[in-house]
Amino acid sequence: MDYEILKLIWWLFIGVLLAGFAVMDGQDMGVGALLPFLGKTNEERRIMINSVAPHWDGNQVWLITGGGAMFAAWPIAYAAAFSGFYWAMLLVLAMLIFRPVSFDYRSKFDSSRWRSCWDTLLFLGSAVPPIICGVAFGNLLQGVPLVFDESMRVSYQGNFFGLLNPFGILCGLVGIVMVIMHGANFLGLKSVGELNARAKKAAAGASLGTLVLFVLAGIWMAAALPAYNASGIDPAGLPNPLAKTVTVGGSWLDHLSATPALFIFPLLGIIGAAMSFVLSRAEKWGAAIVSSGASLLGIVFTPLVTMFPFIMPSSIDPRSSLTLWDCTSSQLTLEIMLFVTLIFLPILLFYTGWAYRVMRGKVTPEYISENSHHLY
Amino acid sequence: MITPELVDLSRLQFAVTALYHYLFVPLTLGLSMLLVAMEGCYVITKREIYRDMTRFWGKLFAINFAMGVATGITMEFQFGTNWAYYSHYVGDIFGPPLAFEALMAFFLESTFAGLFFFGWKKLRPGVHWLCTFLMAFGTNISALWILVANSWMQHPVGSEFNPVTLRMEMSNFWEVISSEWAQATLVHDISGGYMTGAVFVAAISAWYLLKKRDVEFAKRSLAVACAFGLVTSIVTVHMGDESGYLVTRDQPEKIAAMEAIWDTAEAPAGLTLFALPDTERRSNALQVEFPWVLGLIGTRSLSTPVPGINQLEERNAARIASGAKAVTLLEQLRKDPSNATLLESFNVVKKDLGYGLLLRKYTSDVSTATPEMIRKAAADTIPPVSLVFWSFRGMVTCGVIMLLLFVLGFYYSVKGCPETKGLYLKLAALALPLPWIANELGWIVTEVGRQPWTIYGVLPVHISVSSLTAGEVLGSLAGFALLYSALLIVEVWLMKRFASLGPSTLGTGRYFHEKH
Repeated sequence: MDYEILKLIWWLFIGVLLAGFAVMDGQDMGVGALLPFLGKTNEERRIMINSVAPHWDGNQVWLITGGGAMFAAWPIAYAAAFSGFYWAMLLVLAMLIFRPVSFDYRSKFDSSRWRSCWDTLLFLGSAVPPIICGVAFGNLLQGVPLVFDESMRVSYQGNFFGLLNPFGILCGLVGIVMVIMHGANFLGLKSVGELNARAKKAAAGASLGTLVLFVLAGIWMAAALPAYNASGIDPAGLPNPLAKTVTVGGSWLDHLSATPALFIFPLLGIIGAAMSFVLSRAEKWGAAIVSSGASLLGIVFTPLVTMFPFIMPSSIDPRSSLTLWDCTSSQLTLEIMLFVTLIFLPILLFYTGWAYRVMRGKVTPEYISENSHHLY
Repeated sequence: MITPELVDLSRLQFAVTALYHYLFVPLTLGLSMLLVAMEGCYVITKREIYRDMTRFWGKLFAINFAMGVATGITMEFQFGTNWAYYSHYVGDIFGPPLAFEALMAFFLESTFAGLFFFGWKKLRPGVHWLCTFLMAFGTNISALWILVANSWMQHPVGSEFNPVTLRMEMSNFWEVISSEWAQATLVHDISGGYMTGAVFVAAISAWYLLKKRDVEFAKRSLAVACAFGLVTSIVTVHMGDESGYLVTRDQPEKIAAMEAIWDTAEAPAGLTLFALPDTERRSNALQVEFPWVLGLIGTRSLSTPVPGINQLEERNAARIASGAKAVTLLEQLRKDPSNATLLESFNVVKKDLGYGLLLRKYTSDVSTATPEMIRKAAADTIPPVSLVFWSFRGMVTCGVIMLLLFVLGFYYSVKGCPETKGLYLKLAALALPLPWIANELGWIVTEVGRQPWTIYGVLPVHISVSSLTAGEVLGSLAGFALLYSALLIVEVWLMKRFASLGPSTLGTGRYFHEKH
């Protein structure tokens, strides 16, 4: 297959994997982030945790697959992003380490101090990664201080606190609020009684929050962030990031306006959140989850299409910027990966769907007490 | 700026996190297969005790599984965070197995683990058993892909250096996945994992029998574990032998270190049973040798000599000198990419490029490398002898003891009287740490034995690191040490608690603590 087309497909696939991570793991990260606020008693917390118990681990694999796919399809970008955002990545990693153990260990010993300790870690493990992911996108849109030398060794001239600039923080808030919207809808589907009523309030609030913050971030971006513009790239050529020219100027909005069809992504983000607000208030939970999921998809793709073809613009040495044309693997590797993905993606979607079907239904206090010995 | 401290700390961090991760992986591999076996007995015989066995050992599995998942993510992140140049240099070949591992194995394993733990009442017994099988199958597929990746680091086939993109690129995917190294290590590691699961179940069951608690439950668990362990340890030994043959063929420096062979051993070489390697004097004290055995096992012939460390250094010095030319030509080629003459001369020495990169440790301008630097770099190509030598012997010793325990345990179980063999039960319970010691030592032999390379013969460790400061890596290493120690304490405590409560934790009312 054509190298250029392959590169484009892999840009799309990595976007799909990131969006898949947001939509799938967003449910259980959202529920985890709401844990201390909606779960007043141990029983309520067990309901919340067990509503996502059978699925969170599989959902997290979307992130692992995203990382693996980036390593394989964009080795230079993987190297630059993971080593450049060193402390941010390690922070996310520590949070992801907390999750499996908190889920599994919290109900294995009967003590309220033991449980609240794991609950805190589960909360952090669920709330921090979406914030950091948002912050990362906020910084990519502004460009990050990376530079390649002649041997293609990347060095990053910034630090962790440099990431926490106002626009980055705003994007981090979008990340956490959108995940809470999605998790609250899922909890609405799975819970009954008072907990369900609290989930309903949270879903409506977070849907509005997502809408407002996302629009705010969009306006900020359009008004204040300069765009990166690349020229002299041969999309079908061998990947060499240092071979192009990059200028900084104009607005990212111009990139979108050049292809108006791309506005569908920010619109999906906005309309999905609005629908989630309406449908969660009407307690149409299934439809509300679809809406918030669509909103997440739109929000994740918005920075990707805005920056197109950039993946990591460099603020200190613009020609060191990485684009989807010059950070990829060889043609053969991309081909093999495409072939394998086309076979296995439908299979995993099928059994993931089946697992949700098997475990469908409300998680009630009776279910918890009857199965107390083997539930989380 | 790459300092020796940065390289050492990065290596230490990777070693610590990898060895730590490997505390949990083999038990996941082995116990999940034992769960399939136990639940199979339940589905076929419909006897409740087998379901209780599956659920109880499944609880211990869960405690271990959580740690395996948690620490596994570190491994994937760390290639990028701490080994960025490595990621760029070989991501084209090393990345796909990792992506496939997630796509084919992690999704399967995680999704069906969810149904294994929470689907007992939602699924018919046969379907639940299928889920257990798919979970176990997922863990095995995961081992397959990660060992394909690791084997490529040991023996890089199916790939070619590209001077335009400045990295290794895939030339033949089939060669990468069907490499003999991948096959041998896969089976050796997986069966080593099965042995770990078997010793785990056997040791804890032996302890119940010693305490005369839940005797029927423990006897059946012991029988399943010993039968399973017996078969898998034979496979482990056999595939270990296969790996030894491949190491002798493809990594002469590693076998020389494993056997502490300082000067070429004339064919057929003897197998060193015991010796005290002395790196300073380059000789062994108190050497006890089996004549001919290494020649037979390692080279499968009576006429092939096994090269010694002194001779390998000499050979490698020549390759380093040629590699220095390759590095210099590559630098010129970067400035003048269309020069066909340069490309032609580069292609002649290209196979030694990795050896030339070894000099980067001593000079940034390889073209001016002195004979002294070349001598030092050649000395670097020999891995640390004593560590590799002793780790190998430790691993083999643990393996042999485990094999004996399985033989005896299986014999007593068939006779139906393991509960009367007090001494055996005590030894079996004490054997609990052996598989972990063997697993960790095995990885030390494999990975330390590959030094100074990340990709054998292609990419040296010291240029593979990320451009971080030593302070940053020291900070993250301290963080890992703290977090991992705390988690290990909690995990071991929970394991001990659930193992000592035994099947009473199922809440069925049928077991020891519920009756007493």
